[in-house]
Amino acid sequence: MSQIFAYILHKGGVADDTALELISAAKKIDADASLIAVVTGSGADLDTVCNDLTASYNEVWKIDNAALAYPNAEVIRKLLVNIIPGGSIILIAHEHFGMDIAPGLSIKMNTSFVSDAMDIEGRDGGAIKIIRQEYSGMASTHVTCDAGDGAVISCRPGSFQPDESKSAGGQLVDKSGDAGDLTANRTFLEVVQAETGDVDITKSDILVSVGRGIEDEENLEIAQELADAMGAVVSCSRPIVDAKWMEKSRQVGTSGQTVKPKVYMAMGISGSFQHLGGIKGSPFIVAVNKNAKAPIFQVADVGIVADILDFMPELTEKIGGM
Amino acid sequence: MEILVCVKRVPDTAENEIEVKGDGTDIERDDLVYSVNEWDNYAVEEAIQIRDKVGGSVTVVTVGDEESEEVLRREMAMGADNGILLSDDAFENSDGKGVAAILKAEIEKGKYDLILTGAQADDGAGQVGGMLAAMMDLPYASLVNLIDVVDDSTLKIGREIEGGNQEMSEIGLPCVLSIQTGINEPRYVGIRGIRKVASVDIPVHGVADLGLPADAVGETGAKVKRMDYFVPEMGDGAEILEGSTEEIIDKLIEHLKAKGGLK
Repeated sequence: MSQIFAYILHKGGVADDTALELISAAKKIDADASLIAVVTGSGADLDTVCNDLTASYNEVWKIDNAALAYPNAEVIRKLLVNIIPGGSIILIAHEHFGMDIAPGLSIKMNTSFVSDAMDIEGRDGGAIKIIRQEYSGMASTHVTCDAGDGAVISCRPGSFQPDESKSAGGQLVDKSGDAGDLTANRTFLEVVQAETGDVDITKSDILVSVGRGIEDEENLEIAQELADAMGAVVSCSRPIVDAKWMEKSRQVGTSGQTVKPKVYMAMGISGSFQHLGGIKGSPFIVAVNKNAKAPIFQVADVGIVADILDFMPELTEKIGGM
Repeated sequence: MEILVCVKRVPDTAENEIEVKGDGTDIERDDLVYSVNEWDNYAVEEAIQIRDKVGGSVTVVTVGDEESEEVLRREMAMGADNGILLSDDAFENSDGKGVAAILKAEIEKGKYDLILTGAQADDGAGQVGGMLAAMMDLPYASLVNLIDVVDDSTLKIGREIEGGNQEMSEIGLPCVLSIQTGINEPRYVGIRGIRKVASVDIPVHGVADLGLPADAVGETGAKVKRMDYFVPEMGDGAEILEGSTEEIIDKLIEHLKAKGGLK
């Protein structure tokens, strides 16, 4: 029987949502494969995560080592090369840790690599057929990955259905003794917590969120006027923070804030998956964008193809006159 | 510090609507506006700032066709000292590993303390930096949004992780770092700056110059192949409001009232 490995992210004794999503991804490659979760860390939290996962994975490989208390990709890459057999298929979530470890892991395992898989159409002999996106989500592609010598595939969080069946009845295997050399020329120091800003966008029911379409820092006023008329707060997407036009604390997305408003006004935001990953609780999404192909229109409830610099003042005026 | 920055010429997604060709073989490339990959531009700015602080040089390198020379000149106008174009018909349709192998061969001809790439480019894979580092047995970090030079052998770096938090580490030199947008404010490049470097010689290196086996790169060396482009099913998608601006706004206000979007 073939084996597929999944590297599990976890925090505070709880596995990340992607732990169950990777099961679906693995089953799309080979429905009969034996699924092995690889879980690294240290102490009681690690034990809790591993025990929980035995319901979902055929085997759970636990690697407990003080050097693994914080997931340093350079250390964990060495560990995975030490314990996972050559020629294996390894799945990992495509987020900041996966992006850090996966490309190098594929080189050290001498396998092929596909990143940010959105769907898997199955396996034909040694080749795995995968769907992914290019050009900020504006075009999709089928890629084939020769997995004859194994493969590392990173999977987009939220793209695969979590497998909740919990019927694996798997066994826990302690592989701590096989960890091998875990030294690396990159040393973790600390996590610096995000600064809190003057306004907490996570508390607002209505967000007027601006993206690249705002074009100029001065135009932020137009968004603020609309927000004032609506009783909303202004938030933004990543490019606005990169340009230093707004504080990081106003950024919606996986690398910014997670918000749960009732209404989300996406103004000139294209809708990258990292941005959408920061919007929870299924708000009513209004998208205004002059690019009719913008991915935001795929997830919005109501869309308007227009230049926000023309549209927002008109909307503000109308609401103000009500 | 001798710094190499790997850059790529890409269609500018902020300036273009990307359309898939009818037969799915490619995107429509007529009339596309190309520019330097946004992440790479931040990487070059970071390299220039480090050089200006501690001395040394900045070299920009790209794997691409002859038109890619324009992005090298642009980055040299920004302040990079040297440019190298890696170009050969045999490089076409290389996968990420192939591109990393081409870069590795060039890097081994020189001596660099720090190698930077953008965190990702137009294909969104974010793979070349990490692959290159592993191939060269150099330490690596991705999504880097802060670099402080500690001394000749060590950098203190920050990585962007979830929720706006930053993971701080020390990393030994030489190393490979993939740079996240927002790490700095890339300087403006004017037309005069580009004119200044218009006649600077940019060497072009191919398969033979790099001593690469031709079957290690390009289509033949690729284990990951793109089969087509397609436009995904829209699912339910948004209800697109149409009509005059006034009609659109009236419809939108009805929606907003119903959903609690107007107080």
